Amino acid sequence: MRLVVPLQGVAQGRGGLLLGSLIPCALFYFLQLYLKRRRSPSDPSPPSTSSSNQPGMTRHSSLSNLLSRGPLRISSLATAIAKPDDSPYYMGLDKASGDPYHRIANPDGVIQLGLSENRLCFDLIEKWTSENLRDWVMGREGGDLSISGIATYQPSDGTMKLKMAMAGFMSRVIGRDVSYEPSQMVLTAGVTPAIETLCFCLADHGNAFLVPTPYYPRDMKWRTGVELIPVHCRSKDNFVLSISALDQAFNQTRKRETKIRGILLSNPANPVGNLLSRKMLEALLKFAEEKNIHIVSDEIFAGSIYGEKEFVSIAEVVGSEDFDKNRVHIVYGLSKDLFLPGVRVGMIYSFNENVLAAARKLTRFSSVSAPTQRLLVSMLSDTRFIVEYIQTNKKRIRDMRDLFVAGLEELGIKCTDSRSSLYCWADMRNLIPTYGEKGELELWEKLLNVGKINLTPGSACHCIEPGWFRCCFTTLDKDDVRVVMERIRKVVGSRTSCG
Amino acid sequence: MAIEIEQPRVGLSKVAVSKTHGEDSPYFAGWKAYDENPYHETSNQSGVIQMGLAENQVSFDLLEKYLEEHSEASSWGKGAPGFRENALFQDYHGLKSFRQAMANFMEQIRGGRAKFDPDRIVLTAGATAANELLTFILADPGDALLIPTPYYPGFDRDLRWRTGVNIVPILCDSSNNFQITPEAMEAAYQSAESMNLKVRGILITNPSNPLGATIQRSVLELILDFAVNKNIHLVSDEIYSGSTFSSSEFISIAEILETRGYKDAERVHIVYSLSKDLGLPGFRVGTIYSYNDQVVTTARRMSSFTLISSQTQHLLACMLSNKEFSENYIKTNRERLSKRYDMIIKGLKKAGIECLKGNAGLFCWMNLSPLLEKPTRESELALWKVILNEVKLNISPGSSCHCSEPGWFRVCFANMSEQTLEIALERIHKFMEQRKRN
Repeated sequence: MRLVVPLQGVAQGRGGLLLGSLIPCALFYFLQLYLKRRRSPSDPSPPSTSSSNQPGMTRHSSLSNLLSRGPLRISSLATAIAKPDDSPYYMGLDKASGDPYHRIANPDGVIQLGLSENRLCFDLIEKWTSENLRDWVMGREGGDLSISGIATYQPSDGTMKLKMAMAGFMSRVIGRDVSYEPSQMVLTAGVTPAIETLCFCLADHGNAFLVPTPYYPRDMKWRTGVELIPVHCRSKDNFVLSISALDQAFNQTRKRETKIRGILLSNPANPVGNLLSRKMLEALLKFAEEKNIHIVSDEIFAGSIYGEKEFVSIAEVVGSEDFDKNRVHIVYGLSKDLFLPGVRVGMIYSFNENVLAAARKLTRFSSVSAPTQRLLVSMLSDTRFIVEYIQTNKKRIRDMRDLFVAGLEELGIKCTDSRSSLYCWADMRNLIPTYGEKGELELWEKLLNVGKINLTPGSACHCIEPGWFRCCFTTLDKDDVRVVMERIRKVVGSRTSCG
Repeated sequence: MAIEIEQPRVGLSKVAVSKTHGEDSPYFAGWKAYDENPYHETSNQSGVIQMGLAENQVSFDLLEKYLEEHSEASSWGKGAPGFRENALFQDYHGLKSFRQAMANFMEQIRGGRAKFDPDRIVLTAGATAANELLTFILADPGDALLIPTPYYPGFDRDLRWRTGVNIVPILCDSSNNFQITPEAMEAAYQSAESMNLKVRGILITNPSNPLGATIQRSVLELILDFAVNKNIHLVSDEIYSGSTFSSSEFISIAEILETRGYKDAERVHIVYSLSKDLGLPGFRVGTIYSYNDQVVTTARRMSSFTLISSQTQHLLACMLSNKEFSENYIKTNRERLSKRYDMIIKGLKKAGIECLKGNAGLFCWMNLSPLLEKPTRESELALWKVILNEVKLNISPGSSCHCSEPGWFRVCFANMSEQTLEIALERIHKFMEQRKRN
């Protein structure tokens, strides 16, 4: 009855027009609300009109979902990692890979000087693989070609054949009288998992490692929860580590009740390229013993040394003196010495049986692919090739470095004196607009966006002094060096070396 | 006289000293016995036959034939197609050609009933790493994942060791062929809540390891509804999907999503690997396929700790994008596994042993509960020891798979020749005869 009245009103054109439209709307709204409440959460809501039948379309939670229990959660770790990475190191790499320079096909592209890959002897690798990789996937097991040798489960920490081949290669490339024991090796799918695995073995969540700065922008914190505490080194000391700085950092961290589990070194250093002297290594071992902590020495550039200064591995020092070997662990990888694109082979080399036992079990999460292991055994056992490769490689790195550093000098930019590794550490302190991280990043951005060259700014390497840049020169051809210098000149103008 | 001063021993982490790697369990102890005395057709006929390793060796000849006829897959050097292009761009996205090939292969296995987008594929060094990585992404330390029992013993290590996440079992039993029920899921959820554990997801293996059976469509629908209801994730480990004996019997969660118009897809993640279907565990190839953009992005970044080498990607990309090869392989592999399954079931039946009706995988789920002295875990382990040491067969006891009913064993049949399988069946026959006599 009451419903009829407003309709009558509408029909009769009195005030009822408003009621006549309002009441049906209100009724309709309450009907919808009633139906929604009746629907249990598991009933499908009406299909959305967006193109929901495409695979992989992100589905937004239906309204009823959100109303009843909030959005779908992922872990705190994942939430942090999902955020866009705004560090200059990665932004620069992305920009360069998105618009890569090519002398003919893309001459205005970004020249990549931020990736420490050694492509100088790629032609030798190409030649070897095309001549020698016949039947490499299948082996001859008992006469017939068979895949079972590499198809089945292998030891997760690498085959003994590959470990032995690596031991031989390391001795050759480092060129010292050190022999590496295959049973002390644990192989992983790259150097990144090698270091992460060691962190999992040596430290608990919330513990820390002391790291001399500047250091390669690595972050082990994601899954291990391990912090890296910087120990600052300065240009007045040629960026050489001092034990007093180490001690100071150790004590300060202790005050914060964070447990230090070890020191993480890189030797040769990345990005400066320094070598640690025998005396310094001994001092570090003494320090580690005093504080009862570990030493992890990342020696992945040990094969890239071409100067007169001698490389001393911590393995040599600990072997020759009365130090506790259980606290020393070395990380090595093939990719800097032998540029095989996409080959992921890293190594943990330790004297501590317990660490080796734990690391071995952890390699199930990051083992080297069996076909890759076979390919490497084949290549590393070709002694004639390896010897020629090592010699040629060192010569080409030296020649390229000399060319590159000379080019920078003409622009008034000096580099630290280091005859090791694939990059130089350039002093651009007098070229940054303002003294500070902001000024440094302004120059970095200008070099990237205007000059179209990607360098790694010191701040990305946690360098305490602004204005230093890491320049990797081993991805260049000789002719590219001139182009690089031109582009730098365009951005910074030229200053004579006396200026 | 000099006093010996004990030097402080430098400590290791909790992860390093923990026993969560589980390598002291019977599952692995049996492997040790095999390693010490492995059966060999000619040189050690009285050795232990390994029936505890789920490896697929029945279709190697198909792989070998392909490689012999297609040298471009293994050629990798100057002039090789794509070498330079692939060489100069290496990152954690992986080769596009390989991801495309994986997507196609996964579609083929599902008879084209679901589509996969190559940009949602994240590559990892094996399904082990994929499962662990997903756990890191979906749950915080101290949270819980619900997993139906019996389950793959490796999960205890892979999902819990470094992640700090707990597993709460969804108890299934033989009264309904070990199928997952809503009551069991709810009970597990409540159990987790009572222990103050936040449930973040449910992880199913389909086809199931160790049951060797696919999950029915209706049950998959109930599981997805449960996940939606509780607002949690659903991980479907489908690494045995290509090892179903008939293509129509495997229903993937992807198909359920397809029929639902991909509603609620953002909580679903599929794990796949080539270790079981292609018999290539040594290659270390695993994938996470997620319908959730955030999960894809995060997983891709974290995959830098577990990458697949490029040569392997290139080789498999060639192989799997060869339609002739992949179709023939899937079909033939299924037929051979089915034949093996029939062989072992017949042989066990002859010996008076019943198995769960299976339709997939590299193993069968054998019921030896009538042989137990007492229906207890201890009796089961005692029987297992006898089978290992006297019958010289390494099979996996159900207790290591967290089976709530003692007496069940997982027996693998695809990692040996037919002759070896015959020998194993003879041994079982003899053993059962002896027991009858006593």
